Amino acid sequence: MDQPLKPALPAHSSKPSSGSSVTLTRIIVTAIMLVVGILFLLPFIWMLSASFKTEADVFQYPVQWIPHTWNAIENYRTVWFGDPPFILYYWNSIKVSVMTILLSVAASAMAAYAFSKIKFPGRDTLFVIVLLTFMIPGQALLVPQFIMYRSLGLFDTHIGLVLLESFSALGTFMLRQAFMSIHTEFIESAKIDGAGHARIFMQIALPLVQPFIATYAILRFIWTWNDYQAPLIFLRSPELFTVQLGINRFADATGEYYSLIMAGTCSAILPLLIVFLVAQKHVIGGIALGGVKG
Amino acid sequence: MDRSTSASSSSRLSRSRSWWSMTAKETLAGYLFAAPMLLGLTVFILIPMISLFFISLTKWNFIQGLSGVEMVGLDNFRHLFQDKTFFVSMFNNLKLLLAVPVALFLSLIIAIVVDELVYFKGFFKIIYFMPYISSIVAVAIVFQILFHPSQGPINGFLMSLGIENPPKWLADPTYALPSIMLIIIWTSIGFNMIVYLAGLQAIPKDLYEAAEIDGASKWRQFAAITVPMLSPTTFFLLITGVIYSFKTFDLIAVLTQGGPAKSTNVMVYEIYDQAFVNLKMGYAAAESVFLFAVILLITVLQFWGQKKWVNY
Repeated sequence: MDQPLKPALPAHSSKPSSGSSVTLTRIIVTAIMLVVGILFLLPFIWMLSASFKTEADVFQYPVQWIPHTWNAIENYRTVWFGDPPFILYYWNSIKVSVMTILLSVAASAMAAYAFSKIKFPGRDTLFVIVLLTFMIPGQALLVPQFIMYRSLGLFDTHIGLVLLESFSALGTFMLRQAFMSIHTEFIESAKIDGAGHARIFMQIALPLVQPFIATYAILRFIWTWNDYQAPLIFLRSPELFTVQLGINRFADATGEYYSLIMAGTCSAILPLLIVFLVAQKHVIGGIALGGVKG
Repeated sequence: MDRSTSASSSSRLSRSRSWWSMTAKETLAGYLFAAPMLLGLTVFILIPMISLFFISLTKWNFIQGLSGVEMVGLDNFRHLFQDKTFFVSMFNNLKLLLAVPVALFLSLIIAIVVDELVYFKGFFKIIYFMPYISSIVAVAIVFQILFHPSQGPINGFLMSLGIENPPKWLADPTYALPSIMLIIIWTSIGFNMIVYLAGLQAIPKDLYEAAEIDGASKWRQFAAITVPMLSPTTFFLLITGVIYSFKTFDLIAVLTQGGPAKSTNVMVYEIYDQAFVNLKMGYAAAESVFLFAVILLITVLQFWGQKKWVNY
């Protein structure tokens, strides 16, 4: 994503006379934006620094941005291995996220392939119906889904949560766009060689759209990891809680231990930060491409 | 069913029918590939959607199971339009909408500055995007502490400036909703900025070159080229922002539970409260139907507006 975003600069800096003043402006604006950016991230900086402190220092004013007394190891150990144990919430969240990504990518990619590369009667109507489901706000379906889950035995299970988050028109739509960019000749010639759709899908089509699959999988990870509403409603047993439910429960249980709560929130954000920094191009590119929200 | 039988029987037939066998295979493959997604959408979205309308016509205390269902016709909807709490929640949603244009405005400025006027563009993109990818629950908990009326660093700062009675933020009915809006703006800037940055790349550079030659000032170029050329992006962000705003739940659930004094009770939280705290499934379903109608209306406006307002 970084390469296509070529700066609009040439038009400006090509003005012959003001070369050095343009550079100066640039340095000043960069400095200002840096200050604004730090202010913008102050809540995160406060969170991180509070998670390293002893409880007594958390609310000291003026704020000690760099803790005078370090209590980081203690705090994080209590959060991760104490009661309730964060490590369990982590495991639950990883489990739910990975299963959701696998199911969601598989179902979306297969449907997207069908809707772009296979000709069958009713295809376009079905695709429009899939797209129409995108307009239904998930929040409006909580009541019927809850009743359904109670009667199907999916309530209070991880698999129920996974099923609920796996089927969305969005993935189908995004991956269909990707498949459409594959030339039909590729597929026709494979067919002439005697390959069925299953083989073409696995060996030709999927590898060609790999970057799009990665983008979708990462966005799905971020949305699933961050989801609070579905686990809140569809999970009841504390041992099944995901990280988002877990930190809230933890915050309620530990009450006034803000240093511990901040260690918990830092731990909840950390995987997102890692994924984001590693797969920045995919995340930003995916957002810019579809302009989509979970 | 009959497609698979025709596929197997046609394979035994003469060559002239092989075209039929090909299409039958093709059709079967198509349905098989689309089946998991179609089945999933049907079970987890379409069937619930249809049941929603049915449930909204009932009075259903879920604890009694299916025998607790009592058909009440349109009673729930009649009640809904006289329900003050529901009106308050709807009104709160309308107030929340104010955050959308504010966030758009700030995002546009940041996007333009980051795009054209700074070094280390990639670095700034990451900084402003960070709140968007962070867990909203974690963010909510952090802000709860930052906004703490007596001990929080925000009020600590205000008091050090000599303000005697700083607002109680989330604990004060007047300031609770604006505080939530502040957090929403903070988290949505990253998303808007990224989409704006993509929009900015799509503006042909020769427009600016031509304007430069004509002697148009930077400000004039911004008003006459950048803003109108970005209007599809702005419109798209406005609509997604509005829809997203109507879906607000997480922040409210973690921070205020609709309080104090219902001042932050938004529609989705109200639905949650009726369904899962008061256990009034039928009534909550009626509220959900209303929410669905509102979002549908906005989506229809989007299709209609795209043609009308977006000048391009």
